Amino acid sequence: METILFLAFTEADGSLGQLALETLSAAQSLATSLTGSKFVAGLIGATVQPAAEAIATSGVVRLLGVSGVEFAQSRYSTDAAAAEAIAKSAGATIILAPAGSRANRTLAGVAQRLGGRIDTHVTALAATDGKPAVTRWYYRQRMEGVLSRSSRPWIVLLESGCAPAYAGPAGSATVEGVLVALPHIRTEVTGLKSPPADQQTIRPDAKLLLVAGAGWTKKQPDGQAHAAEAEQLILGFLQQAQASLGSTKSLVDLSGEGQAVLKFMTHLNQVGQTGSTPRHQKGLATCCHGEEPHTVGWRFINERRAINLNAACSWAQGKADVLYVADAFEVLRKVNALLGATS
Amino acid sequence: MSNPYHIVVCGSIVPDPLQTLEPIASPTGPALKNELMLPAVLDPWAGHALFEAANLAKQLPGSKVWLVALGPKAKLQQVLMTVAQKVPFELVALDGPSGGFTESFEVAAALAEAINAIPALDKAKMLVFGGWESASRGTGSTMQMVGERLGVIDQFQGVDQLTVKPDGSLEILERVEGGKHQVSVCAGAPALLGWATGNLPEPANNPQVGMLNMRTAMPALQRAKPAKIANEGLTFAGVSLPKQRRETRIVKDLTPDAIAQELVAWIKQD
Repeated sequence: METILFLAFTEADGSLGQLALETLSAAQSLATSLTGSKFVAGLIGATVQPAAEAIATSGVVRLLGVSGVEFAQSRYSTDAAAAEAIAKSAGATIILAPAGSRANRTLAGVAQRLGGRIDTHVTALAATDGKPAVTRWYYRQRMEGVLSRSSRPWIVLLESGCAPAYAGPAGSATVEGVLVALPHIRTEVTGLKSPPADQQTIRPDAKLLLVAGAGWTKKQPDGQAHAAEAEQLILGFLQQAQASLGSTKSLVDLSGEGQAVLKFMTHLNQVGQTGSTPRHQKGLATCCHGEEPHTVGWRFINERRAINLNAACSWAQGKADVLYVADAFEVLRKVNALLGATS
Repeated sequence: MSNPYHIVVCGSIVPDPLQTLEPIASPTGPALKNELMLPAVLDPWAGHALFEAANLAKQLPGSKVWLVALGPKAKLQQVLMTVAQKVPFELVALDGPSGGFTESFEVAAALAEAINAIPALDKAKMLVFGGWESASRGTGSTMQMVGERLGVIDQFQGVDQLTVKPDGSLEILERVEGGKHQVSVCAGAPALLGWATGNLPEPANNPQVGMLNMRTAMPALQRAKPAKIANEGLTFAGVSLPKQRRETRIVKDLTPDAIAQELVAWIKQD
């Protein structure tokens, strides 16, 4: 019989974020499909009561919590100690957690402490004949594997957008506090560093991802490069469409080499093999050529369009729904004007 | 400035990203078609970790860098011919599989054992570096397990910047959600950092560095211990390439105005 532990870190106000609620609903489904399993929740944060009340009617038979000022900060040593204590207290055999940066940093170490195993970046979870199996991608989203494990405890980190968010009614909740043996704390989190507000180009919740390629910095028909105008057009588009910005590796590498390119572009924007594979409903690739943006970079983009001067671009063909053969500068100028007029 | 560091970089090899990869079923589980024939490179994020380590060691005289690599011996040697020309390091090689379908728990055990066996390593000065994820398995779990096995509980993942403060503390920037960095200050070594991209370009090849490195790398490769990765308790139901190919509508004859109108309608559609 499996004991399924839904494990999550609470937000600053004690609530659960969208990804945690999605993971909760996946855990709930798994518990339902594994007959005789026990469903437990574990919460970690500065305060956990609001989250406990929000999930009180989800079917969990125990609500375990670790709270306090030490657990407000996203820090390996304290997070690992808290997660280890909850997992042991729950007697968990399968632990499901949302794949946020906090769990990604910590839970592999917890698997080691528990003598268990971990699978991260999981995109699907199912049970067949009483045996759970997970789906995840290998070689940077190039191939998909389905696997199961006999080792327990088994920690599974679920990616966003893979399950509907839990939306059950709130209820009263009694959280069982779990004691944690805190290690000597040698690390202090001093804050978050964000790009300047006018250069905030990454919006994980945006519906649309704009992917910019190195073509934006190349010579245009007048024989000159127009990086300043490219910046203006891209930032204008992001602002008007409330889109997130992705970049090809070649473009961010140009920035690193100190060339006159797009100043707001950093490695954080990079999608593909050594970048991220963001999840958005729509994606628009501009001035991109190559496998990276079109396959790996937007593996999890549902609707895809591209603007490219090369009608024969073999990467856009077969990967995008629509390929506009046009000058991205001209098109984005018009798009920005239209979006500005209709907003 | 603070004391020198002993920096251990964990990094392996992956198929060149430009290669077409195809999964096959082998007697030991999934594998890549012609895996041993595929040209390999140093895992990109591990590469960033190595270059950051070398840069840090250069700033703090007396520091030393080890590269602990698990992979098929012949492939390791091939990749090292290039990597060894970049920055100075001492190689600790383990002969075993480096593919994506290996179990991180077992890989971590092999790496930690190799690190523990480095005779000159002073753990009080130790910084363990590696990529925050590999470009093969991509779980982002091996480094944390290595750290746990070495007793290092100050760990950081998705690191883009490390600054050693005058008092010897380490200021570290880690990637978190929304394109932001979390800033932490760690009292000092020992610590473990899983690097993302960092800030350094790939160093140019330096044949003199290459010659110095290869003097120790070749014996290290010859005495590479076999590492058994059995994938205990792990069963793959299957590994496949995504089959989906989209029917792309190629629009050649529309004016920028007409394309813009079509795009705006699409963007505004729910």
